[in-house]
Amino acid sequence: MSASDVPALTVSGVSKVFHVRGRGRRTVTAVDDVSFAVAPGAAVGLVGASGSGKSTLAKMITGSERPTSGEITFGDTSVGKLHAGGLRQLHRRVQMVFQDPYGALNPLHTVEYTVMRPGQNFLGMSHAQARGRVAELLETVGLVPAAQYAAKLPHQLSGGQRQRVLIARALGSDPDLIVADEPVSMLDVSLRAGVLKLLAELRRTRGLSLLYITHDLLSARLITDEILVLNQGRVVERGQTKQVLQHPTDKYTIQLLNAVANPFAANGSEQNRSEQSRKGAGGSITGNGAGGPTTGRSTT
Amino acid sequence: MALLEARGVNVVYSPARGQRIWSVRDVDLTIAHGEFVGLVGESGCGKSTLGFALTRMLRPPAHLSGGVIRFDGTDVASLTGERLRRARRDGFALVLQSGMNALNPVRTIAHHFGDVLLANARPGDELSGDRIWRRAAELLEAVRLEPAVLSRYPHELSGGMRQRVSIALALSLQPRLIVFDEPTTALDVIVQQAVMDTIKDLQRERGFSAILISHDLGVVLEATDRVMVMYAGRIVEDQPSRVMAHGLHHPYTEALLNCYGDPRAEVVQLGGIPGTPPDLSVPNTGCSFAPRCPLTEDICRTQDPPLLSLAPGWAACHVRARAAHVEEEVGSVR
Repeated sequence: MSASDVPALTVSGVSKVFHVRGRGRRTVTAVDDVSFAVAPGAAVGLVGASGSGKSTLAKMITGSERPTSGEITFGDTSVGKLHAGGLRQLHRRVQMVFQDPYGALNPLHTVEYTVMRPGQNFLGMSHAQARGRVAELLETVGLVPAAQYAAKLPHQLSGGQRQRVLIARALGSDPDLIVADEPVSMLDVSLRAGVLKLLAELRRTRGLSLLYITHDLLSARLITDEILVLNQGRVVERGQTKQVLQHPTDKYTIQLLNAVANPFAANGSEQNRSEQSRKGAGGSITGNGAGGPTTGRSTT
Repeated sequence: MALLEARGVNVVYSPARGQRIWSVRDVDLTIAHGEFVGLVGESGCGKSTLGFALTRMLRPPAHLSGGVIRFDGTDVASLTGERLRRARRDGFALVLQSGMNALNPVRTIAHHFGDVLLANARPGDELSGDRIWRRAAELLEAVRLEPAVLSRYPHELSGGMRQRVSIALALSLQPRLIVFDEPTTALDVIVQQAVMDTIKDLQRERGFSAILISHDLGVVLEATDRVMVMYAGRIVEDQPSRVMAHGLHHPYTEALLNCYGDPRAEVVQLGGIPGTPPDLSVPNTGCSFAPRCPLTEDICRTQDPPLLSLAPGWAACHVRARAAHVEEEVGSVR
């Protein structure tokens, strides 16, 4: 499929207000007047901490929540107005990859069964046809030899392998857009690069668009061209990923950047942080991490 | 004398008859008074199991199959029953990954403190409800939470707050060693940073020894004095945290370091570690990391390297130890 066949996703002026049950009529505005577009074949990142509204946006884009106001269109389909049949059509073209590779797989289904279902459900394939594609899909996500993985149950796989199965399943309906909600945050640091490379490669070879949701700016930098930083439901900063991260203007973006764990910056940031710290007198900790055992012991 | 000294610790899981998984193999370690040590490795490397073994929290099918664990001079590996309970009360605490699951959903936070304080009351302690309340409020203050949290239920708190409550509970008996098992893994980056800052401050203010278990080397290096890297049940490197980002290391440590980068850099490249860790139910010959290692030589496939000097610390790598040795000799000739 070439990128030109892939429709654009447009989110315009979307808000979502939740009503909180209980005394009084409290409301929470989870998403507040957000607009952006994912052009065909583009990779856009939605970045923010918990509660910034990024997952609520993902749910509205995939049709599992409806916007309180505003409109989401995918090609010429208006997502907010879809019902059962239309949603099914949408889900063929828009697939999600979830955060928790343990929770998103049925523990009783083999990898083969999990990966062949979208072919049957969305593409009208026969059992044999769908089964015939399993090897190809598993190879695409790097689970080789495919025959060996096909027979396994989720508990027999590592976290990174499970996440690859989720991606293979998402590819099973030949989607145009993949919405990946924190796909690597539950994986070991050592496995993240592999899954991120896979997503980047799929985007290149299949021409599909990617909406990548994360709180991790390093991974956003690696696979997106453009990012939106969300704070409490509002877009506080947006632009080319590299540009935004190198020259952040919003305080919240800077806070997110400073929170990225980086062993190479550990000593430097330690110093910076303790300089700003309230109790400057306890400065014996800086620059000499190994000095710990001899400093500041009082209570036992 | 060190606070904790472990020699030849081995942990075996026997999930079914005839099935054995050697999860922790021949681990020696020493934790000094007031020292903050990191324990880093991928999922399944045995780091949590080791943390559980050191605090005597292993449950079947895991059991300590060998080794001596000396805590403040007492061998806790052989204690049972009331004596073990007392050693735990006076000595160590464990903070688990998921503050959510560690708390009882149908009890208020105050009730949790009451449980811990009453169950571990020492003879002569007078614990009225009022006193427990005040003590709990102090502990919450130490972890930067309002006393109002005491009358809340766990579900009313955010993930970061729940983790802070878990830490306050661990502090309640004034332990001399706290093992933090992935305390911030379930939290987002900003909350993670705030919780880690609190842990660091508490450790410095109160001077307890601490072990921070995590898969995230970046987080560990920012907090600890020394870091031990674990792979396939063994400690493969032990270094002061401040030297970790530079110089030669065990190839596994180097691979872990390559998984990090600065999102602000001009060019960002991220390495992963290809392959998977070995199956621990099969006794291995040679270095466990050899199949994934770029430096593998013949000796690596036949001899399992012990911890060898790699100044200023130690690493279990034939190739790196030889390089370091040559460097030292060249240095002494000069």
